[in-house]
Amino acid sequence: MKRSGATPETLGRRAEILADIRSFFLERGVVEVQTPVLGRYTVTDADVESIEVPGYGYLQTSPEYFLKRLLAAGVGDCYQLGPVFRAGELGTNHNPEFTMLEWYRLGYDHHRLMEEVADLVDRILGEGNFETVTYRSLVGDPGRPRDELDLVFSEACERLKPGRFFVTHYPADQAVLARLEKDDNTSAARFELVIDGLEIANGYHELTDPGEHERRFEEDNRIRRERGLPERTPDADFLAAIAEGLPDCAGVALGVDRLVMLALGKKSIDEVLTFRG
Amino acid sequence: MASYSTNEFRSGLKVLLEGDPCSILENEFVKPGKGQAFNRVKFRNLKTGRVWERTFKSGESIEAADVMDLDMEYLYTDGEFWHFMKTDGSYEQVAAAEAAVTDARDWLKEQDVCQVTLWNDDPIAVTPPNFVELEVTETDPGLKGDTASGGTKPATLSTGATIKGVPLFVNIGDVLRIDTRTGEYVSRAR
Repeated sequence: MKRSGATPETLGRRAEILADIRSFFLERGVVEVQTPVLGRYTVTDADVESIEVPGYGYLQTSPEYFLKRLLAAGVGDCYQLGPVFRAGELGTNHNPEFTMLEWYRLGYDHHRLMEEVADLVDRILGEGNFETVTYRSLVGDPGRPRDELDLVFSEACERLKPGRFFVTHYPADQAVLARLEKDDNTSAARFELVIDGLEIANGYHELTDPGEHERRFEEDNRIRRERGLPERTPDADFLAAIAEGLPDCAGVALGVDRLVMLALGKKSIDEVLTFRG
Repeated sequence: MASYSTNEFRSGLKVLLEGDPCSILENEFVKPGKGQAFNRVKFRNLKTGRVWERTFKSGESIEAADVMDLDMEYLYTDGEFWHFMKTDGSYEQVAAAEAAVTDARDWLKEQDVCQVTLWNDDPIAVTPPNFVELEVTETDPGLKGDTASGGTKPATLSTGATIKGVPLFVNIGDVLRIDTRTGEYVSRAR
């Protein structure tokens, strides 16, 4: 590992931001939990590659499944602030190990959760305006092949600057684990937050239907086979918890390193990390 | 032919793009959180010097280019070709056509060691040393004792190159140290 560019001053500011995030949730009665970083299973998502630990399982790409198991077990509003891992993601705004803040709110839908995300961002970056744009308005024709669509979308997000933007109404086939919009089954109840061209957070009004979970996992593995990627065994413990009953909730994952970059005006993720992976 | 996958991309890697040898300048990883990953890559075309930008789906491959940078001694030009010799004791020579020396010809001095870029053993580019010492063949007469006024004038060098920003005290026959990356006067060499 190479020592990265984070100065002692940056590390001090980063520590203050982490403390600020924790007091934000303490004030709101959302409980901090710590779930395993190393799990037996991983996500089936065809666009997220996990790091395998032979003999043990996988480094988790997000605490989503463990947090949802806690929700199903009755833990209530909770969050995790800690490391997650994604194979092969390395660049100005990416590091294979990064810090994710993920939280869940019982009884919230994605709209109410967006308001809370905006409150948190206001607290860390100072107050600002949030605009809402639809996925379709960013990509034009959504009927194009998926790879083309992803590139157009990425580049459109990079152009969303300056300012804070919620992207909504993702196509149903990019719902991941969001439910579909009540009045529009072509759109997912999913949002992303883009600030100054940088993707910061991704949230859902969470899917709770066990059969639909299994169907989406199968579809992921079908895409994996098509792309020549290894298939992933759906997480049996997670599916069992969903079958028992995930309460109605909304959840969001937020890239903390990128939020720190924005707060401190840093141009690359190296500058806010202690070490580069 | 060997090829490189996007996850092997790094700056300095030599690849073939649209039939031309290129060097990777920058490789940026682009990925929507829940979408496919891409590599947005800047290349320098080693034949033209032009910078190209291309986007690849992560996992795609491109062909490697057989490109080598060698230190070689500049010998002479016959007007059509510029001749260089290997410094490894083999006395092996290569002849570079005008297109390969466009940027370097102003700074080529016999016996200076240059970097010659070979593609499939053909010279396609020549990089002169960062600093060269060349004699002034033409300039306005020097002003005696004027070493501090800060005025400057142009001067023509033995290679035919004309540079600006030469101090007024410089005379014909003086040898000047030039930074070839900027084409600027550095100092008087003697």
